[in-house]
Amino acid sequence: MSIELQHVHFRYPDGTLANEDLNLVIHEGERIAIVGQNGAGKTTAVKLMNGLHKPTEGEVIINGINTRNKSTAQISGMVGYVFQNPDDQIFKNTVRDEVEFWSRYNKLDEKEIQSRAEWAAKLCDIEKYLDINPYEIPYSTKKFVSIAAVLTARNPYLILDEPTAGQDVAGVECLSKLLHYMEQDGKSVITITHDMEFVADNFKRVVVMAHGHIIADGTPAEIFAEESILSEAKIKKPQICELSTRLGLGNIMKIETLVNKL
Amino acid sequence: MNSISLKNIRYKYPLTDHYALDGVSFDFEEGKFYGIIGPNGSGKSTICNLMKGLIPSFYLGDLEGTVEVQGKPVDEWEPEKLCTKVGYIFQNPFTQISGIRDTVFEEIAIGLENLGIDKEQMIQKAEEITKRIGIYDLIEKNPNELSGGQRQRVAFASILAMDTDIYVIDEPTSQLDPDGTESVFKIIRSLKEQKKTVILVEHKIELMAKYADEIIVLKDGKIIKSGPAREVLSDYDLVNKKVAVPQTVLFGHEMERAGKSLGKLPITIDEAEVCVRERMRGEQL
Ligand SMILES: Nc1ncnc2c1ncn2[C@@H]1O[C@H](COP(=O)(O)OP(=O)(O)OP(=O)(O)O)[C@@H](O)[C@H]1O
Ligand SMILES: Nc1ncnc2c1ncn2[C@@H]1O[C@H](COP(=O)(O)OP(=O)(O)O)[C@@H](O)[C@H]1O
Ligand SMILES: [Mg+2]
Ligand SMILES: [Mg+2]
Repeated sequence: MSIELQHVHFRYPDGTLANEDLNLVIHEGERIAIVGQNGAGKTTAVKLMNGLHKPTEGEVIINGINTRNKSTAQISGMVGYVFQNPDDQIFKNTVRDEVEFWSRYNKLDEKEIQSRAEWAAKLCDIEKYLDINPYEIPYSTKKFVSIAAVLTARNPYLILDEPTAGQDVAGVECLSKLLHYMEQDGKSVITITHDMEFVADNFKRVVVMAHGHIIADGTPAEIFAEESILSEAKIKKPQICELSTRLGLGNIMKIETLVNKL
Repeated sequence: MNSISLKNIRYKYPLTDHYALDGVSFDFEEGKFYGIIGPNGSGKSTICNLMKGLIPSFYLGDLEGTVEVQGKPVDEWEPEKLCTKVGYIFQNPFTQISGIRDTVFEEIAIGLENLGIDKEQMIQKAEEITKRIGIYDLIEKNPNELSGGQRQRVAFASILAMDTDIYVIDEPTSQLDPDGTESVFKIIRSLKEQKKTVILVEHKIELMAKYADEIIVLKDGKIIKSGPAREVLSDYDLVNKKVAVPQTVLFGHEMERAGKSLGKLPITIDEAEVCVRERMRGEQL
């Protein structure tokens, strides 16, 4: 079971070629990060994975099913996507309605609706906002509302587009916990982020994009060791890694490891 | 003269029962770069809304205290005049773009048109700024058909173009790649060199440590600490308060706990590197 991109190209109607010859396999249960410069084509690529976009060339195969012949609704039953901008996704008048929407739309029974909503709200730490209008809460919290709403579908694959943007210490901790929970549950999470510390702390596999292409796929240590990748994708090493490199100790990711070496 | 003064501010948003700001006073001096940090919900954006006069003209609610811009209470400024003094960037990059213009160039030019700047100068200015912020290639594109980070760059460019005395900037790099983030901080530093006052809200604490003159820490609507960046950020107590500190501070703290003290808690990589090298040299002697 996997998400597979085979020689995928995508062109927007205005002529912009946003993805070029993407080849990638993501296995069910796998946790990966996608990083890379602004405009690299990350959002475009993940929208191809959940059927919001269909490739202009090449094939996207989800658990053996080609997205070309399926509707977005059919694919989004397997792959949940949390938008980069929560306002593109949120449209109900209360957080509760938003988080219950998927379950109601799919006619689950009342008990199941409640239990999924409570579970998702707890995981995303938004219980105290349930009766509030999503438009009154700040961007960073709204992001968690949109995550909770998608979680209720319990898809085998979950895509988070820039969940770390604007998060404080507590928000980043909550995301780490969510990743851990999903892994225990056998779910795959694909996370786009510009936060390299978050990548080093939470991922073993990192896909790097630049200019519409995938330019690298490896562990954080492998990625951060390649200066050419960093400069092409406009990313930077986390501070500890940069410090250990400057000290001639290689690419150390964890504070404890560096302290022990000194 | 102070660019902005907050005097005994207490404020509640309409229909809420808690103070979003609770007894905040601060003088922002001309020509300095101030960083405002703190957990979400601590009141950072509320301070920005006050400085732009959005509280209480747009957001009603109960306001006590006064906000002065260049010595004059904010409610005595004509809104059109205030816009030429204070440039303001909203927290959510997706709402900043007007959505009514067809190209990135026109989006950036709106503000300049309102200032009555002639066309030639406008083109020159837009060109210069878009090059600096890495969106020159996108100048003919529809602003609604951009990636998240590209949009945030357009929003930043349109405010820069206005060339105001004071900039109030709320999380301008949340969607930016690490390289783009650093260029925003470099541009902000150059604004300061032109004697502009910058008030920046950001979570990217490593860059705040590197570039800001002064840091203000907000929590639960109160200023819990303020002062020169080095003094504020090397206070390990912030960690217990869930306020982000640079990784190098955490590193310095762990070194201390392991009995390998660096003599201080470094707030930047450069500082950390110097401290560690000094320690290694000391050991060799
Ligand atoms: N609706 C659209 N119409 C035309 N071009 C678009 C559209 N959306 C995005 N693009 C372009 O496609 C390219 C890839 O955009 P995409 O949103 O996938 O980037 P991204 O890697 O997610 O960037 P960011 O980190 O800024 O979110 C960019 O050049 C962008 O300008
Ligand atoms: N439009 C609003 N209506 C009601 N309450 C608000 C509004 N905006 C912010 N608040 C509340 O004011 C407090 C401070 O919020 P804010 O200034 O947005 O914090 P920050 O920018 O530090 O995240 C929070 O308790 C928040 O919930
Ligand atoms: Mg994107
Ligand atoms: Mg805010």
